[in-house]
Amino acid sequence: MQKERIVGKPVFRKEGIAKVCGAARYIDDFSLPGMIFGATVRNAIPRGRVLNIEFGPGIPWDEFTVVTAKDIPGKNYIALINQDWPCLADGFVNHPQEAILLLAHPDRQLLPLAVAAVRIEYEELPSVHSIEESELQQTIVWGDDNIIKSYVMEKGDVDAAFALPEIVIVKGEYSTGAQEHLYIENNGAIAAYSERDGVTLWGSLQCPFYAHKSLLGVTGLPEDKVRVIQVETGGAFGGKEDYPSMIAAHAVLLAMKSGHPVKIIYDRMEDMAATTKRHPSRARHRTAVTKDGKLLAADIEFCLDGGAYSTLSSTVLSRGTIHSGGPYYWPNIRVRSKAFATNTPPHGAFRGFGAPQSLFATERHMDRVAKAVGLTPEEFRRRNLLRTGETTCTGQVIRQQIDLEGWMESALDHAGYYEKRARFDRENTDSLRKKGIGLAVFLHGAGFTGSGERYLNSLVGVDATAEGRVRVLVSSTEFGQGTNTILCQVAAETLGIDYEVVEMAPADTSVVPNSGPTVASRTTMVVGGLVHSAALGLKQTLIASGLLSEPYTSDAFQNAAKSYIAKHGALCSMSRYQAPPNVYWDDQKYSGEAYAAYSWAAYVAEVTVDLTAYFVTVDDFVALQEVGRVLNPVLARGQIEGGVAQGIGYALYEKVVWDRGLMMNNQMTNYIMPTSQDLPPIRVFFEEIPFEYGAYGAKGIGELPMDGPAPAILNAIAHATGEDFNAIPLLPEDIAERLAARTSIAKEMAAV
Amino acid sequence: MSARRFSLCVNGVERFVDVPPMARLLDVLRHELGLTGTKEGCGEGECGSCSVLMNGELVNSCLVPIAQAGGASILTIEGVGEQARLHPVQKAFLECGGAQCGICTPGMILATVHLLGKHPRPTQEEIHEGLNGNLCRCTGYMRIFEAVEKAACAMESGAME
Repeated sequence: MQKERIVGKPVFRKEGIAKVCGAARYIDDFSLPGMIFGATVRNAIPRGRVLNIEFGPGIPWDEFTVVTAKDIPGKNYIALINQDWPCLADGFVNHPQEAILLLAHPDRQLLPLAVAAVRIEYEELPSVHSIEESELQQTIVWGDDNIIKSYVMEKGDVDAAFALPEIVIVKGEYSTGAQEHLYIENNGAIAAYSERDGVTLWGSLQCPFYAHKSLLGVTGLPEDKVRVIQVETGGAFGGKEDYPSMIAAHAVLLAMKSGHPVKIIYDRMEDMAATTKRHPSRARHRTAVTKDGKLLAADIEFCLDGGAYSTLSSTVLSRGTIHSGGPYYWPNIRVRSKAFATNTPPHGAFRGFGAPQSLFATERHMDRVAKAVGLTPEEFRRRNLLRTGETTCTGQVIRQQIDLEGWMESALDHAGYYEKRARFDRENTDSLRKKGIGLAVFLHGAGFTGSGERYLNSLVGVDATAEGRVRVLVSSTEFGQGTNTILCQVAAETLGIDYEVVEMAPADTSVVPNSGPTVASRTTMVVGGLVHSAALGLKQTLIASGLLSEPYTSDAFQNAAKSYIAKHGALCSMSRYQAPPNVYWDDQKYSGEAYAAYSWAAYVAEVTVDLTAYFVTVDDFVALQEVGRVLNPVLARGQIEGGVAQGIGYALYEKVVWDRGLMMNNQMTNYIMPTSQDLPPIRVFFEEIPFEYGAYGAKGIGELPMDGPAPAILNAIAHATGEDFNAIPLLPEDIAERLAARTSIAKEMAAV
Repeated sequence: MSARRFSLCVNGVERFVDVPPMARLLDVLRHELGLTGTKEGCGEGECGSCSVLMNGELVNSCLVPIAQAGGASILTIEGVGEQARLHPVQKAFLECGGAQCGICTPGMILATVHLLGKHPRPTQEEIHEGLNGNLCRCTGYMRIFEAVEKAACAMESGAME
C-alpha cells in the first residue's frame, strides 16, 4: 500500500503560496467597473406584521436603488429542501434580523446611515424562543404544530427490554447551545447582470450549485443565464453552505434593478447576528443496562431548535438521530427526534451537522451509566463497543475490520490515563485545583445520509489543456480544508504524473459539472473516488489512442495529451457516482446502510478546574482516529487539530446570548473563541485501514473532530469535581453556581 | 470630513494619499494603495487579520486612523516576501500547514515576523503570547506554532551563513 508517490505524502497546499503571500483574492478584494455597494435593512422584532416603511430624513434617497419583495422577478424563496425561507420578508416577519429590504449606493460609507434611517412600523405577534416553548404548541409559528421534522428510529423491542427483571435504568437530560461558525472572513458576494449574459455571481461560499439553484428561482432566468463562481473563501465550517444563497440573491436583485455590479460585504456584527448557527439541542436518555454493565436498550428523545424556517434542519436532525446511539452495540434502541421552529434566525449547517449535539449527550450519559453499575468509564465502554459483524442502531452491519477497544486502549495509553486518573483521585482532596481526565469514543458517518449520495448523483471531470496540463473539474470548493490539494493528489497519482502538472478548474458553474455540495465529509471519500475513476478514464483514452504507453514519464504524458488535443480537439473524461454494492436504505423505517463508511475515534481530555476562579483549562488532549487512508498527513492533522480547537470552544467558551431571537453578543469582543493561549497540546494519532470504496482508501475526516472534545472535557470535569455537568457551553459562572449550591447544602447538612 | 494629504512609507516605498484624517489605515492600504493582502476580520481590533507592522510595532490597522500613521513606515504582507522568493516565515507556514483558509495568514505571518524580531528563539510561552492577538479558526494553532519554530531555526541558520 505504500507504493504511491503522491498520495499519503505531505505535498504543499495547491494555493498555499498565494495564501502566505497575501496574493490569494477573497471576495472583498475584487472590484468591477461601475460597481456599487449593497446593504440590508433588517427586521427588529421577533415576529409580526410590517405595517409601514418610512424612508427617514437626511438621506439622498433618490440616489439609492431600493429593492423590496415586490421587485423579485421570480419566486420569493431561497431554495433548499423546502421553499419556506423568504428571500425578502413580504409583509410578515418571523425572526429578528430577517431581511426586509435592500439598498445600493456608490458610497460605501453612506450605506450604514441609510440603513439606520429606514423606519419600520410593526404589529408584534406572540413568538417562541426555545424548544420548550415551541413544543408546548400554545403559539404556532410554523406549519400546524411547530414541528419542522420528526423521525422515529427503532431497532429491536425497546419496551420489552425495559420490562426485564434485574436491570438498572439510568436517565439523563443533556443540552447544547448555539455555536457561531466565526470563520474569520465575513460573508460577501458580488453580482453583475446584463440582458445578454444574464447573472454572474462571485461569492465566498461552499456550494456554487446551491446558490445557482436559488438564483434560478429568484430571477426566473434559464439555467444558462445564471453563473456562480466561488472565489477564495476564508473559512466556512458549514456556515457558507446555506446562507450565501441568500446574499447571492440579494446582490443579484440589486444588480438587476440598479444596472450596476453590486458588492455586498457583511461586517462582523451583521454576519454574527443575521446568519445561521449550530442548532441548540436537548436530548433525554433512558437506558436499560444489566448489573454487569451490558447495554440492553436505549430510549432517546432528541430535539433541535431549528429557528424560524426549515432550511436544512431535517437533514441535521437526521444525522443527529442516527448518531444518537454512538459507537455501541444496542440490541434495542429507539430514538424519537423532532426539530422545532422558533422565532430565531434559522439554524443551519455547522461541521458535524447534528452529530456533535447527539454524541455530546450519549458520551456524557455513558459515563453516568458506567457509574450507576459501578464500572469505570473505560471498562463499561469495553463491554459495549461495536465489533465487526455487529449492527448499528439502523441495523447496518459493520463490515469493516474495526478494533474500537484496541483504539480506545491506545488513546488511553497515549494520554497516560490510568496513572493520571489514580493520581488525580489521590491529590484532588487537598487541592483547590481539581484535576480530571475524561474519555469519549465516537463515530462519524461520511457522505450524505441514507439515499443522499444517490440523489446527488454527482458528476466529476478530469481534462487536459492544450499545454498538456491536467485539470480537475468539480464544483467541490476549497475553504481551508484542502480540497484543491487532495483532489489534485488523487488525479496526479492516478495518472502517474507530477503533482505540479495538475490544477483545479475554477469553481464556476459554467465550467465545472455538479460534483455535489462541499459538505458532510464527502469530498475526499466520494468526490475523490470520482476524480480517481475520471482520471483512469483519461489515462485509458490516451493509451487506447496509441499516443502513450506504459511505463511513461510525466513529460511523456503531457506530450501525449498535447498531441491528442491537437488531433481530436479535446481530452476529457467524466465519472458519475455509483453507490457501493449491497447498500440499501429505507427512508420510512430509518433502517439500513445509513452511511457508506464511518470514521471512528477515541479522544481523551485532561483538565484542571480552578475552584478559586471556577475556570477550566484543558491541559492535554489526545485525539486518536481511524479515518481510512490518510491522503495528506499535514492537511489531515490540521483538520483534526482545528476541529478539536472548535470543539473545545463549543464546550467551554462559545456562548450565544439571546434576547428573544436576537444575538446580543455579536462581536468577537464578547463571543469568545480559543486563542493561541487557550489550547492544550493537541496530540493527533491516526489508525489507517483503507476503505475499499473511498479514494485511495480514504474515508471522511473533516467533521469527526468536532464530535468528541465536548463530551471528553465534560467527562473530565465530572471526574475532577464529582459533579455531573450536562449542558454546554459550560462557563465558569455555571460551575460556580453549582459548586456554591453544593457547599451550602453541605453546610446545612453539617448544621443539622 | 474633508480629505488631507498624508505620506507614509509602505514596504519601503514612499506613498501619498488624500483621505480624511480618520480614514482607517486598513482602508488606505486596501482601497487607496491596492494592497489587499491585509484583511478585515472584525473591524474592532480583536482578530488581528489586519495586522501590519508600523514603525516595527505590530498594530491592528483597523484601529489606526491615518492621521496617526502619517510619516510612518508600514510593512504589509506584500512587503514580507514574494511568490518566487518567500520569506523564511512564509516558507515555514507553507511547509508546516500553517495556512488553511488563508484569511488570517497575512496577519499571522506579520505577528510571527514581529515575534521573531523580539525573540529570535522563542519559547513555547513566548510563541503562544506573541500570537494571542491573532485569531485562527481553522488550524487550532498547532501547525502555526510548528511553523514559527521552523522559521526561527531557518532564520538563525540563515543568519549564521
